[in-house]
Amino acid sequence: MKRSTLLARTSIVAMAVAGSGFATVNAKPISYALPAETAAFKPGPNVEAVRNNCTACHSVDYIQTQPRGPKFKKDFWQAEVTKMIKVYGAPIDDADVDKIVEYLAQTY
Amino acid sequence: MMNRRTVLQGGAALFAGGGVIGGSSLANFAAETITLPFENGERPLVKYPQKRPMIGLTSRPPQLETPFSVYNEGVITPNNAFFVRYHLADVPLNIDPDKFTLEIKGKVDRSLKLSLKEIKKLPAVEVVAVNQCSGNSRAFSNPRVAGGQSGNGAMGNARWRGVPLKIVLDKAGVQQGAKQVTFNGMDGPVSDKTPDFIKALEIDHARDGEVMLAYAMNGEDLPVLNGFPLRLVVPGHYGTYWVKHLNDITVIDNVFDGFWMKTAYRIPDTPCGCVEPGTAPKATIPINRFTVRSFITNVTDGAKLKLGGTTLRGIAFDGGKGIKEVAVSIDGGKTWAPAKLGKDLGKYSFREWTLPVKLEAGSHELKVRATNNAGNTQPTEPFWNPAGYLRNVVETVRVTAA
Repeated sequence: MKRSTLLARTSIVAMAVAGSGFATVNAKPISYALPAETAAFKPGPNVEAVRNNCTACHSVDYIQTQPRGPKFKKDFWQAEVTKMIKVYGAPIDDADVDKIVEYLAQTY
Repeated sequence: MMNRRTVLQGGAALFAGGGVIGGSSLANFAAETITLPFENGERPLVKYPQKRPMIGLTSRPPQLETPFSVYNEGVITPNNAFFVRYHLADVPLNIDPDKFTLEIKGKVDRSLKLSLKEIKKLPAVEVVAVNQCSGNSRAFSNPRVAGGQSGNGAMGNARWRGVPLKIVLDKAGVQQGAKQVTFNGMDGPVSDKTPDFIKALEIDHARDGEVMLAYAMNGEDLPVLNGFPLRLVVPGHYGTYWVKHLNDITVIDNVFDGFWMKTAYRIPDTPCGCVEPGTAPKATIPINRFTVRSFITNVTDGAKLKLGGTTLRGIAFDGGKGIKEVAVSIDGGKTWAPAKLGKDLGKYSFREWTLPVKLEAGSHELKVRATNNAGNTQPTEPFWNPAGYLRNVVETVRVTAA
């Protein structure tokens, strides 16, 4: 097991927590502040294409936490990128697809 | 099982100097990491508003896992430690409960728009029920599969309070020919090309009196990231159906064909919901009820225990038949002893179990296996399916006594 420390940044909530319980009738509006994202892409060829296309919809950790190893290289990432385009409607230019797959397969 | 030697406390104490950026207070805090016991399992411990330090899986959309030690604190999972799982990054962050309305429409005699106040005036019920993400424990799949790489922390047990969905549907008057009911929440996709997260239940299921519109959890308002101000509670069923920030209910006279029902969240149409590892199923059905599971919660993998007597403790649950028995083995599954079951909080709840055992010097494989009232139990070897759902293998904790 590893114990390490990393610096994360979070906003201390500007938050009006609603009421005191479920019996509350006049609840106050809630404004919730999500902590800032901390995960970042490792540098590498084509990282710009990845940044420009992938992070509109999800944070970098979604990629970083996927399984790794020899079975999770080009075919795996090709299938993921295809899923993002066909299933989730990611507007990725054809020209960028290979760049993204190459970066992901090499980096993760 | 997650390694709990990492210190989990101290989130608040770790806040260091702050600053003001963009009008809101910001502070740095030093978060530790935790390493879950699978390849690429390192995760930050993150502090979110209304939550204690949680295992951070992804930040956008937010996915937070419950540190496993929480399950040893009691059978009710505290709101501030309850797991969080969103699919789409447009999370509602500004919610005015006084302006919130729930719309009920479609194949009904009277479309309704109910305020939260009106919903809270309807006859309330309570149920203690487990919510478990379909992908809980996905990262233990072998071979591994793509998706949110959860350890065992995407489950929790809470006392939910709200209104039976049946009451609201009856108020609206479901029409003849109704087949399903769809549920949509305030959260949505970033791109309008991404399918919105909409789920469906069969009409009879929706009207069974158990499916609930919940506005409270463990005696408090729902935390924002658990669906404030209103979520669906579908006892015994995977969390994918427990739509958060629920504001749209539509009765339909066909089978809903949206992406999150037709394509995603499906399991092989086989008795075990499994296929040969690495292969594709011939036919699939929507995921539905939990499989039977049990865990040891007071001893972690790799623990060094003192010689002699110790009491093992843990939890068991299933999809709603109720836990009939829990058996524990301290010799790697050769012999089993029945554990004592704790207080029965209902058939949808975690059930505590305890068993005093005597450990001789040396290493031991502790195992736990639950059986429900329908006779369903847990497999010795894990079942596999392409999405990494339904994991319920008999869990093993390796310890040494000296």
